Amino acid sequence: MIFSKLKLDSLLLPLIGVVAFVALWFGLSATVSPDLPDPTATWVSSKPVVVEPFAYRGEMDQGILRFTWLSLVLVAKGYAIALIVGTPLGFILGLSKVATKICDPMIQVLRPVSPLAWLPLGMILFMKTGKGVSEMAALFTIAICSMWPTVLNTAVGVRSIPQDYLNVAKVLKLSRTKTLFKVLVPATLPYMFTGFRLSLGIAWLVIVAAEMLTGRPGVGGFLWQQYNSLVYEQIILCILTIGLVGFVLDRLMSLVEARFKTA
Amino acid sequence: MSSYLEISRVTKTYTTPKGPAVIVKDFDLKIAKGEFVSLIGHSGCGKSTVLSMVAGLNDITDGGIVLAGKELDGPGPDRGVVFQSPCLLPWLTAFENVMLGVDQAFWTADKSERAAIVEYYLTVVGLGDSMHKRPHELSQGMRQRVGIARAFALSPKMLLLDEPFGMLDSLTRVELHGVLLELWRRNQITALMVTHDVDEAIFLSDRVVCMTDGPAAEVGAILHIPFERPRDRKALMEDPEYYRLREQLIDFLEHRAHERPSQAARAHQPALATATA
Ligand SMILES: Nc1ncnc2c1ncn2[C@@H]1O[C@H](COP(=O)(O)OP(=O)(O)OP(=O)(O)O)[C@@H](O)[C@H]1O
Ligand SMILES: [Mg+2]
Repeated sequence: MIFSKLKLDSLLLPLIGVVAFVALWFGLSATVSPDLPDPTATWVSSKPVVVEPFAYRGEMDQGILRFTWLSLVLVAKGYAIALIVGTPLGFILGLSKVATKICDPMIQVLRPVSPLAWLPLGMILFMKTGKGVSEMAALFTIAICSMWPTVLNTAVGVRSIPQDYLNVAKVLKLSRTKTLFKVLVPATLPYMFTGFRLSLGIAWLVIVAAEMLTGRPGVGGFLWQQYNSLVYEQIILCILTIGLVGFVLDRLMSLVEARFKTA
Repeated sequence: MSSYLEISRVTKTYTTPKGPAVIVKDFDLKIAKGEFVSLIGHSGCGKSTVLSMVAGLNDITDGGIVLAGKELDGPGPDRGVVFQSPCLLPWLTAFENVMLGVDQAFWTADKSERAAIVEYYLTVVGLGDSMHKRPHELSQGMRQRVGIARAFALSPKMLLLDEPFGMLDSLTRVELHGVLLELWRRNQITALMVTHDVDEAIFLSDRVVCMTDGPAAEVGAILHIPFERPRDRKALMEDPEYYRLREQLIDFLEHRAHERPSQAARAHQPALATATA
């Protein structure tokens, strides 16, 4: 009885959601949006890209997983920059009231700015780098958009370190580096990882915009190209791929995060 | 008697939204080298405040504290602190928790020497078999032992203990009293311990200092505990003198703690009035 209830909740109910979604999709393409390819057409058109996911037929004609891989590599680089810059910044903000007062207004203003707005600025910034400019601009955009959750969560984590731990550090006369690495960092880890997870979500969100505007190969660039060449079916394939990858990334980060929660 | 720790007219005022609150006022106490002194008083009177000022964790508003002839300035390795809750770092094992301070204090010694110090103190407090467990794998009593080992491992000249056994069952408590006294005797430490257990105070101390109730708490009475050391708990329990001292302490806490010995002398000072308002 309990088993069947469990099955109902975890399998049947989500399935109902998927069926309803597909039905809505069929309905929309049959009625109000005749240009929207229905699920069958999408499948038929996407098949070559999916069944040979790692094929390479040209820069903008590759298997879907090959594109995904290219996007992931770009995101990984931008995300790494975000963490390398964001974590220390978060620590500084958490430790110093003065730094918070100086930086907070700027952060609050920069945080809501869309990746679409940062990208042109990135292009200008790295104009001098020549051929690498589009990658540099994309990395800049990913980093600056995804950095904020890491910065803010780290700062909150540092501020909420129990006074007890700080007293221990003082009483033992720990040096600054020791206090940082043996007390402050471990105590902040759970918050840091929440920030890291949120940042990764944003980094992946930004990739599409970055690739679209720079025309780099990847799921986002592919999506934009297919739109321009009127191959609408594969746009939907790209959307689904982006969603699934984002979901998997979030799950993976949640697992890592959970490990540090219990520690 | 030359005093090792001298607390002279120490006052602590916190600024609160309702104006300044005088917690401790003109607290005077001298402790000789090697002496074991207990600080007893009602909850909230300011015992932890006094102790944390001596530890250097809390600023002194007025007055001064002199330790071994030097004016106190912040925390230092010369004072070991055992906190009311053990305050272990949960991401480190018992061994690593103790090692943290040892590494810092004895950085000139080599690694194996430092490990030997840590192992020695953890063994003395009875944790020889659980050294490499994390705090969450230890019982409350075991964590408190780690806290004691951590303080002792730095060979401090002075030990500050804030209700170190407050949360323990009486069996563990009795056992840890033994551990503490043994370490105190062997290392010739000067100790200041906060407690609100009358029997614990008498059994461990050379002198018991009673604090008056806050606000503006001060030293109300000082009791000398004359029993020979090492003390035997059972023999003590049969001594009529023990009960006389115990009565005195309880009488102070029940009836006289809220009276101010120097109230008349200080009646003209307005600080008291604002604090109680
Ligand atoms: N940061 C603070 N700001 C304002 N008031 C404080 C602050 N810290 C402590 N107090 C007040 O100081 C008084 C004494 O606190 P303290 O912790 O020293 O008491 P205590 O004697 O150790 O009590 P207990 O036996 O319950 O541990 C309390 O009334 C408390 O409200
Ligand atoms: Mg207290």
